[in-house]
Amino acid sequence: MTALATHPASMAAPAAQRTRRFTAWRRFAAPLAILVLWQILASAGLISARTMSSPITIAHSFYTLTVSGELLHHLLVSLARVGVGLAIGVSAGVVFALIAGLSKAGEDTVDSTLQMVRTLPHLALVPLFILWFGIGEVPKIALIALGAAFPIYLNLFSGIRGVDTKILEAAKTLGLSRIELITHVILPGALPSALVGLRYSLGVAWLSLVVAEQINASSGIGYLVMTARDFLRTDIIFVGLIIYAVLGLLADQLVRALERRVLVWRPSFVKD
Amino acid sequence: MADLLAASRPVVDIKGLVRSFGGPNILDRLDLRIGAGDFVALLGRSGSGKSTLLRTLAGLDPVTEGDVAVPSERAVVFQEPRLLPWKRVWRNVTLGLREANAKEKALAALAEVGLKHRVDAWPLTLSGGEAQRTALARALVRHPQLLLLDEPFAALDALTRLKMQGLVGDLWRVHRPAVLLVTHDVDEALLLADRAVVLDQGRIAADVAIDLERPRRHADPRFIALRQRLLGELGVDEEGHEQQPGRRSQPAASPSAHPGDRAPRGVLQPATAA
Ligand SMILES: Nc1ncnc2c1ncn2[C@@H]1O[C@H](COP(=O)(O)OP(=O)(O)OP(=O)(O)O)[C@@H](O)[C@H]1O
Ligand SMILES: [Mg+2]
Repeated sequence: MTALATHPASMAAPAAQRTRRFTAWRRFAAPLAILVLWQILASAGLISARTMSSPITIAHSFYTLTVSGELLHHLLVSLARVGVGLAIGVSAGVVFALIAGLSKAGEDTVDSTLQMVRTLPHLALVPLFILWFGIGEVPKIALIALGAAFPIYLNLFSGIRGVDTKILEAAKTLGLSRIELITHVILPGALPSALVGLRYSLGVAWLSLVVAEQINASSGIGYLVMTARDFLRTDIIFVGLIIYAVLGLLADQLVRALERRVLVWRPSFVKD
Repeated sequence: MADLLAASRPVVDIKGLVRSFGGPNILDRLDLRIGAGDFVALLGRSGSGKSTLLRTLAGLDPVTEGDVAVPSERAVVFQEPRLLPWKRVWRNVTLGLREANAKEKALAALAEVGLKHRVDAWPLTLSGGEAQRTALARALVRHPQLLLLDEPFAALDALTRLKMQGLVGDLWRVHRPAVLLVTHDVDEALLLADRAVVLDQGRIAADVAIDLERPRRHADPRFIALRQRLLGELGVDEEGHEQQPGRRSQPAASPSAHPGDRAPRGVLQPATAA
């Protein structure tokens, strides 16, 4: 690598390109090898289908579930749960963070309470939620919302409080009103932290979904997995796991893309 | 105090200002007047309360004791540019500006400080000097009657600092705000200001008129004499040694009735060539 870097510019370009392609390929090599090995062991009958289906069986199940429309149906149900739960949780987190972050009185009333609730692992509330809300959609969404509210709350709150006082002071000398200070200085300054919070919220929402869908669901990816368990269909369980993983990854990418858009001013994103 | 220079229409009028942060008084019955369009340099030891005084004039620090009259059109440039990183350069300049064609005015101000080509840049991509010029444009665009500068060039390299000093001098001649420039640099004060005041023991301990015609030259014998005089007031000689340790603890007993003709205290070293 270092030897390549010292080549004259005319030669460096294609060489560097080749190196990059090679490293990109290399990153996929190991997982691919594992997959092939897995398939070989499964075909040779060394791994029983009950423990772990072969990659080809999983791909086939994925295909049949997709064409029958079953997968899409369950996927949409799960997405709706996460979507609604996140919307409620993140909105609540943002509102509370604004109240606590922007006023001392707000901090005294909201922050201490939320800090206390926060110490409770929210997944431990499942039994209580079932008693309160039954076994329909409500406890599932409530669990997701509760879990998602805290990361965004904590990060936005500390982001608001962490806004550079020097910049705030300079803005005050420019004659900005309280509202203008909030919209032009405090909130944009807190945005990077808020986005970190959002990413954590998404992660927690996802986790909550997995747990929530195991309480007596009649649809959703979790339901698919639970019924597959009853029929010893490891292939379908794997399909569900893969869906969870891919969606989690996509959600994270979404926030990253959002970051690149709204934090264009940051040195790491600035390219002018 | 007989601030003869500020006798006409003062824009800043401070009487008996007292400020403490719980401990001893940082500003102790301080009096200061600045006339319209006057360029005043504020010197003083580190920790003598220069920034505190400037912040009070900027309205960032409450006045609990004493009277402070300042114009409402005032602007501040701090040692750091303090730009909002999430707003493009020109938007930083228009921030808080409640006029129609604010953008045009911002662009004009930026052109004046030589930043026409960077109006759309993000502040974090600016060099230190460019960022400080943006801060200067942001102050200028408000047409302040009083421009408060708190060591605005301290963080810049020597060459950029020289250019910035020239720029501030030019801008002052064109726009004629009253300026209060906090600085540690006696030469900077002598290059730019009409008057240098020294803050010590919470009061204006010396008030020195700098009646040299502009542009000023370091080699001018009167410049050298004034430098020695100011260094004397600050209690250091030309080589940076502290003089007469006892002097600092004396209260500023007789605050120069005639600032022009008081002899500098302390033995001065012969002037080294500038
Ligand atoms: N917010 C504050 N709380 C407590 N003490 C303060 C505060 N601001 C300033 N001081 C104290 O007041 C004194 C004067 O500070 P100030 O910043 O005005 O000094 P300065 O003359 O500007 O010094 P420098 O030349 O180093 O900038 C210092 O002793 C400082 O510690
Ligand atoms: Mg200071």
